[in-house]
Amino acid sequence: MANEVVDHGRRRFLTATTAVVGGIGIVSAAVPFIKSWEPSARAKAAGAPVTQSLKKIESGQQLIVGWRSLPVFIVNRTPAQLAALPQQAPRLVDPKSDGSSAAQQPKYAQNETRSIKPEWLVMVGICTHLGCVPNYVGEMKPEPFDPNWQGGYYCPCHHSRYDMAGRVYQGVPAPKNMEIPPYNFIDDTTIQIGVDPKGAA
Amino acid sequence: MANVFTSIGDWVNERAPNLAPTYRKHMTEYYAPKNFNLWYYFGSLALVVLINQIVTGIFLTMNYNPSAAGAFDSVQYIMRDVEWGWLIRYMHSTGASLFFVVVFLHMFRGIMYGSYKKPRELVWLLGMLIFLVLMAEAFMGYVLPWGNMSFWGAKVIVSLFGTIPVIGGTLVEWIMGDFLPADATLNRFFALHVIALPIVLLLLVVLHLAALHEVGSNNPDGVEIKKGPKGNRWDALKPTDGIPFHPYYTVKDLVGVGFFLLIAAFIIFFAPTFGGWFLEHDNSIMANNLVTPAEIKPVWYFTPFYAIVRMIPSFAGTAVWGVLAMFGAIAVLFLLPWFDRGQVKSIRYRGTGYKVALGVFVIAFLGLGSVGAGITAEVIPEWFGNVDLTTWENAFGRLMTLLYFGFFAFLWAYTHFGWEKTKPVPDRVTMHD
Amino acid sequence: MTKRQITMKHFLSAAALALGLLVGGVPAHAEGEGGLLKSGADVRDQASLQRGARLFFNYCVGCHSLKYVRYSRIAEDLGLSEQEVMQNLNFTGARFDDPVISHMPAESAGKWFGKAPPDLSLEVSAKSSDWVYTYLNSFYLDPHSPIGWNNTALPNAAMPFPLWELQGLQTAVMKPGTDEVEKLELSKPGKLTPAQFQQATRDLTSFLEYASEPAALQRHHYGIWVLLFLAFFTLLAAMLKKEYWKDVH
Repeated sequence: MANEVVDHGRRRFLTATTAVVGGIGIVSAAVPFIKSWEPSARAKAAGAPVTQSLKKIESGQQLIVGWRSLPVFIVNRTPAQLAALPQQAPRLVDPKSDGSSAAQQPKYAQNETRSIKPEWLVMVGICTHLGCVPNYVGEMKPEPFDPNWQGGYYCPCHHSRYDMAGRVYQGVPAPKNMEIPPYNFIDDTTIQIGVDPKGAA
Repeated sequence: MANVFTSIGDWVNERAPNLAPTYRKHMTEYYAPKNFNLWYYFGSLALVVLINQIVTGIFLTMNYNPSAAGAFDSVQYIMRDVEWGWLIRYMHSTGASLFFVVVFLHMFRGIMYGSYKKPRELVWLLGMLIFLVLMAEAFMGYVLPWGNMSFWGAKVIVSLFGTIPVIGGTLVEWIMGDFLPADATLNRFFALHVIALPIVLLLLVVLHLAALHEVGSNNPDGVEIKKGPKGNRWDALKPTDGIPFHPYYTVKDLVGVGFFLLIAAFIIFFAPTFGGWFLEHDNSIMANNLVTPAEIKPVWYFTPFYAIVRMIPSFAGTAVWGVLAMFGAIAVLFLLPWFDRGQVKSIRYRGTGYKVALGVFVIAFLGLGSVGAGITAEVIPEWFGNVDLTTWENAFGRLMTLLYFGFFAFLWAYTHFGWEKTKPVPDRVTMHD
Repeated sequence: MTKRQITMKHFLSAAALALGLLVGGVPAHAEGEGGLLKSGADVRDQASLQRGARLFFNYCVGCHSLKYVRYSRIAEDLGLSEQEVMQNLNFTGARFDDPVISHMPAESAGKWFGKAPPDLSLEVSAKSSDWVYTYLNSFYLDPHSPIGWNNTALPNAAMPFPLWELQGLQTAVMKPGTDEVEKLELSKPGKLTPAQFQQATRDLTSFLEYASEPAALQRHHYGIWVLLFLAFFTLLAAMLKKEYWKDVH
């Protein structure tokens, strides 16, 4: 082989150092590419808070508004629908939304009606199973999928069911209650979706 | 841990027994001449730029909108709204220009050291095909941002095909899919730019390297190391003047890549438009089919070829001659191995006539570039006062065109008739530090 | 060093020189040309950008949009709060995340000026900061123009001069016996001294240069670290190469 002595230690050290520094370079260079997938300024602008007047939503009606490309359900719940909510508890996965669904709503909506004002339900209309948009089935009458239906949501994709507060029933594929977005009342008849009420974190 | 790797390696070897030998053939047991100089960096650098173009290009397609109405806006969207989009775009636009810098130098290296000569004609032809595809690729990419220069550049370049007698007009409409560059044009250029041509390019690069590794690399002395003595510290049967590509040239190329990235990063971060040469002012205005930019000129790497078109007058009722001359300028490069009949490869041992001719060729190429880029139009009035610019520019440009083609004619005569007085070529490669 | 190498070196440096001239030398030289003033605009001067933004939103946005620039981005890049931008710069009632769109309807603009005022998002990229600065300093009263104003940088520009209160009124001194403008004279001083006005137009030019390429701020910020890192990497690679090449004789 060779006549002269090769300093293998130095060679290994330099190879390793260059490889590590080069690796750091490649990883750092990858960061901008990965970050380019984040929502762009335009997407964020489109995701800005949405203000919605409630004046034209009759009792028992639902309005769907877009926020961050998501459908947000705004429902003016009837007294009967509200009265039925407490009775659903035994059939629900997480009636108090403090178990598996603890993170599905802001603190100020972690109550039985899952809302700031009892009659107004404001909810991201995305099934927690695989992301379909559940149908609003507000009438309290026997349905093919539930003879004891008290109003709520029925997902056409895999038949998950939720009550009038978006709480998921037991025995369906969806694991959690539907998500309540941050929102606040600007005045009695106007809400702003995407911003917490003043003072609430 | 080491065991896991060994068993994975065994598992693969059992199923693909040729993989490891293939790697060795092209890396650790590919013996390259030990006397490569600065000029030998540009091949690996071209590969680095190609990878950069592919990666950044893929990410650009994610936000680019190939429509006449949306393309320009989507580029600004990338520049402003997409996180780090500006960096990705500047890497791509700077990469495009540096691709040509590197490829021009790589080609010049091949000419200077006779790397196109037997037995490497195939390597040269494949390389020239790469160059041709690269020009098509660059042109279509240049159209995509849909700035006013993109639009008019597209119109002018496509119109070159319109000079072909009889079928020209139909051909132009067929290429554009409309009567002007429009949605259809943009969409097909996009498809060709992001899918079709890159695939062809990658295939050609693989073939270029495969052909090279069949015959082995040339070197600055133009000496065949395979014909020299055998036996070196790694292998008793391999050329004495060869060294394994890996690790010796991989680590050396790494230094070249480092320097190259320093230059590239400087441009990307501190001069991305490069004074209007890499990204032109008029391309900050959206394509407008009613307003032609004050001065239509191609992006810098096309200027020498474009100048030839401008310099050839139309006669016999057609302007096709200029276009033929332009394609001829590329065609003669393809045929370089057959124009040059000389036996000596490297400029180091060639006759003075060759050295002078090559110098003149470089001047002609740069001179044509300066005509095409409008530099002469600016400099002539400044240097010579109030003269007839067209006459002067045509005189200069035609002289340069003549010198460009003259190089090939001279080279043939010089070598064919035995006028060249070469110096003795050494038996072995020489090392200079 | 052999004689042959010297020739080679000479030859190469000549080629490099020619290439350098081709690539680098001429555009720099071309930009100072055409009688343009040096703008001295600097997008890294945040105070200048803030003053320029204020001028833009007080004098320009009535007619000109910056359709690619969002108010929120201006706030972020110019070191302003949402409140400052919404109160001091945004007079159109646009949302914070919206782009800067002028209130002027395009049709009426076309009627008043003959053509719609252009969007200025890319004005500096399309021309140059020197051009914009020169343009802003080259308005003069022209009784022959339908709008009463003219501009030596862009003759017959269809734009009245909104900054006249600041600069004052300039009139043209013609070359005797021609209709070529020899120079402009300040016939009536404005609110600002000539030096202050030049600074104001410099600020405005800086802001428009920023609007042309907001990424410039990020480029300058990250660029130096990238270069330092690459220099370090190249040094390591060079040491590695030297170590391995001890084998090669």
